[in-house]
Parts: sequence; C-alpha cells; structure tokens
Amino acid sequence: MYSDKVMEHFANPRNVGEIVDADGIGKVGNPQCGDVMWLYIKVKDNIITDIKFKTFGCGAAIATSSMITELARGKTIEEAKKISRSDVADQLGGLPAVKMHCSNLAADALKEAIKDYEAKQAAKGKPA
Amino acid sequence: MSASELKRIYFDHSATTRVLPEVEEAMRPFFLEKWGNASSIHSFGREARAAIEQARKQVANLLNADPAEVVFTSGGTESDNLAVKGVAMYKGKMKGHLITTKVEHHAVSEPCEWLKRFGFEVTYLPVSSEGFVDPGEVERAIRNDTILISVMMANNEIGTIQPVREIGMIAHEKGIPFHTDAVQSIGKMHVDVKAENIDLLSLSAHKFHGPKGIGALFVKKGTKIEPIIQGGGQERGLRSSTENVPGIVGLGKAAEIAKRDLEHTCARMKNLRDKMIKHVPELVPRAYVNGNKTRRLVNNAHFRFDFIEGEGLILQLDMKGIAASTGSACSTGSLEPSHVLLALGLTHEQAHGSLRVTLGRENTEEEVDILLEVLPGIVSKLREISPFSAERPMGPGEGASCVQ
Ligand SMILES: Cc1ncc(COP(=O)(O)O)c(C=O)c1O
Ligand code: FES
Repeated sequence: MYSDKVMEHFANPRNVGEIVDADGIGKVGNPQCGDVMWLYIKVKDNIITDIKFKTFGCGAAIATSSMITELARGKTIEEAKKISRSDVADQLGGLPAVKMHCSNLAADALKEAIKDYEAKQAAKGKPA
Repeated sequence: MSASELKRIYFDHSATTRVLPEVEEAMRPFFLEKWGNASSIHSFGREARAAIEQARKQVANLLNADPAEVVFTSGGTESDNLAVKGVAMYKGKMKGHLITTKVEHHAVSEPCEWLKRFGFEVTYLPVSSEGFVDPGEVERAIRNDTILISVMMANNEIGTIQPVREIGMIAHEKGIPFHTDAVQSIGKMHVDVKAENIDLLSLSAHKFHGPKGIGALFVKKGTKIEPIIQGGGQERGLRSSTENVPGIVGLGKAAEIAKRDLEHTCARMKNLRDKMIKHVPELVPRAYVNGNKTRRLVNNAHFRFDFIEGEGLILQLDMKGIAASTGSACSTGSLEPSHVLLALGLTHEQAHGSLRVTLGRENTEEEVDILLEVLPGIVSKLREISPFSAERPMGPGEGASCVQ
C-alpha cells in the first residue's frame, strides 16, 4: 500500500534524534490516530542548519518525518515556511488516502518548530 | 534484498490459511468434470448433490451435529449475519433484545448495530482485562424480551477462549437461542455443539485450510430462524443460491482433516505459542502478553510493546520476510485502535503497540526462532525513533489519550 519511496524512508529514516540546544521545537499530536511527532531545529543566520525528529506513529508518520527533515534542512526560515502538507506527500510519491493526515503531522510540526523559534527570538529582543 | 528473495514466514493464520494440497485435490474435479447444478435431477446434478451431502456429513462430524443441521453459506460473515438477523427477525417480529459482547468480530456486532435501526435493543457485555466474558453478567443481562445471546467461542485478536458451555447453559435455562462465532476455533480446539450447549455456530473454511468464500452455520433442529437471502430455496430454504460445489467440497475436506489431525497439530502449535509467550517478554524489555496465557487459542500469541506503534513493527518484520499483524489503528484503514484491545482496558497508546502472531499447522520451531531472533532488534530500532521511553513516557493529552 505504500510507495517505494515511503518504504525507503521508513526503513532508513534520516535525521532521527533530538537537538539538545535546539533553537525551535515543534511538538504535535494527531488527536484522531494518537500519533505524536517532535521536531527540533537549529537556526544560524536565518538558515535551518540542523533538524532532527522523534516520532511515535505509523510507517507513513515515520517516513513523512524523515522527508520533512530533508526538505527543510538548508532552507531559510521563509522558504521552510512555504513547505506545505502536500509537498511532503508529493515528495514521497503519494500516500494512501487514509494516511494523508500523517503528512499533515510532519508539516505542522515544522510550522510549530518555526513558530517556537520566532517566539524565542522575539523574547530575546532580536528580530526574528 | 527484496522480500521476494527471502524465505518468507507466515504468522498470520487468523487472517487466512493456505489451502492444503489434499483439499485442493478434492475440489479439482468439481470445476472441469463434475460441474453440475446440485438441484438438477439428471446425473450431472446428482453427482454434485452427492458431493454436497458428503461435505455436509464431514462438517457435521467435526461439530458432533446432525448433517441436517448444517447450512452452507459464503463464509463466516454470512453465517454470523444469518444467525443474528435470521433469529432476530423470525416471523417478521421487529423487536426484542440481544446480548452480545464488546469483543465480537464486526460480522456479529455490525448486524446487531443494523438491527438497532429497526428498534431492536442490544447489550454489549464488557470483558475482563484478559478478555473474558463473565457468565454471571450474561445471566444478569437477560430480560423478558431477550431473543438471542451471541458470544464468540474464541477471539480473533487475542485468542481468549470464552466459557461458552456455561453461557449456553444459562441461555437454555431461559429458553433463549445461543449463537457462537467459532470461526477462529475450528482446527484449534475441540468443538462439540452438544457438549457446549450451542444452538447456532458459525465457521469459515479459509481459517482452517479450506478455500475462501465458503462457510457454514450450524442450526440446531428446532431453532426458530428465517432466511436473510430469499430465492430458489436451496439449503432447506435457509440460504438460496446455486450451491458453490467446489467450495463446499473443499470445506468438507478441510473439516475432515481438521478433525483427523486436531490432536497433533494443536500440540505442535501450542508448543510454539508457549515458546513465544515465554521468550518475547524475556527478550524485549517492556513487552507484555495480551490475553490469558493458557486459556487462549493454541495458535495465538499477542504482545504489546511500550513506546512504539504496531504498524512500524509489522512493516519491519515484513522487510525481513515475516508476515504478522497488529491491532493497532493505522494499518487497518480506520484510525481507531482495535475495539478488542480497548475493551481490555488498554489505553489507546498501549493498544497501538500491539503485535499478533498467529500460527498454523505448517509453522516450524525454526521459524519461531527466527522471529525471536529479529524481534528485539526491530523493537529497539523503533524505540530509537520514538519520543517516548521509560524516562519520558507519553503524558496525558500528548496524543492517544485525547482521542474523541
Ligand atoms: C471471529 C471471526 N468471525 C468472522 C470472520 C469473518 O469470516 P469470513 O472472512 O469468512 O467472512 C472472521 C474473519 O476474519 C473472524 O475472525
Ligand atoms: S496513522 Fe496517524 S500519523 Fe499515520
């Protein structure tokens, strides 16, 4: 039921882990299926230089987590903000209909992490 | 290496089983040579009829029933539908009360839900943390207008074997028909409709090495039941439609073999089951057995692993050529975890991390050893990906617990 690309990312997920001194953390859960994703970003000169994730979820949730780290790494904050829910699914060669929400989880985690980063910057008095 | 190059191991016998060569051989003449309609009076019809009646005897023999009490259907789902709706709607009565459980297969609970739309009332009995129905609860749930009690013989997910004999006795004392879904039980335990006080019993051939799309309902003589499929009046009016002769022959043969080989195949599967039940919790930290350790189907082992999700487990096992299944939400199309695991009192999160290993008569100890060898590594790999651990368990509202 999953594309080869999904299975490949599931089998060899990129960027698994935590960043202890992360600049932004996004923690999201899907109230429907109960899956949870935590995403950590490190930002330097407005560029996402490091990104890691931890996910409790189905195969698609793990694959989309892995994919979003690849899509966001090296991007500016503005570019990363433009990564949409469907980008993640498209890059994975599509997802089964019942699994589309799994890619939402990944996109939402990135948005939350960026929001957290910007809030922390604002708190420090620096422009985000 | 792709899965097709691996030696594949099948541990999903509760989903379906392989047709045994003997069964396939018995069916073969009924496609190209003896293809008649069993209702025809000519020789083509007569040979088909003879084969059907032979199969009816084989099924009756397996259950300790009379051949006239066996009705062929298209499978377990239809047998369950016929039992539930056929008894409830007898003589066009459109009201009454049914008692069943929270752990039934959907083939029983969905017909019950459907009946509710027409004014029937249904009590779904709870189960213990090991999945058992308390016969005392059955007795207390009985009302003056109770028309059917339906409790499965053994559960398809966690393998728990219900006290059907006691429940059947209670039903009979009150004169209420008692149905049991024995789809998972055939070939895995001794089934005797007389000793177990059963009025209606569902079975399905593909769960015990017969073909798919054929099953039977045992209907004890005198049980008040209506057909739910009307037509040409086959199966003594209870199930119209030209008989699936090859399927029926395959079911008969599979029933004969199930009875013939019951003792040694059960002993063999039980050995392997007990090996898994003993070793998995030893080899994997924070792994638990779901259901009762002994009063369960000889072929069913069901585990739960903290902090991970079952679909990942199944996919990882599949990459190693091992086919198993999960009661977790994500792989079944619906997002809710299994209603059976929730009925045991497990949280959504716990229910998510489940693994069902169901053995067949053809599995070997070597195959079980391979599973025991690869499982700990797979679990720890998935736990590395998980945000949760013994030090940092899932908190309330973080995911599973906020469902609905
Ligand atoms: C307990 C139980 N009842 C009924 C069924 C349905 O049987 P069938 O697939 O033959 O319709 C199944 C099969 O999954 C089952 O496990
Ligand atoms: S099923 Fe929920 S994230 Fe995949």
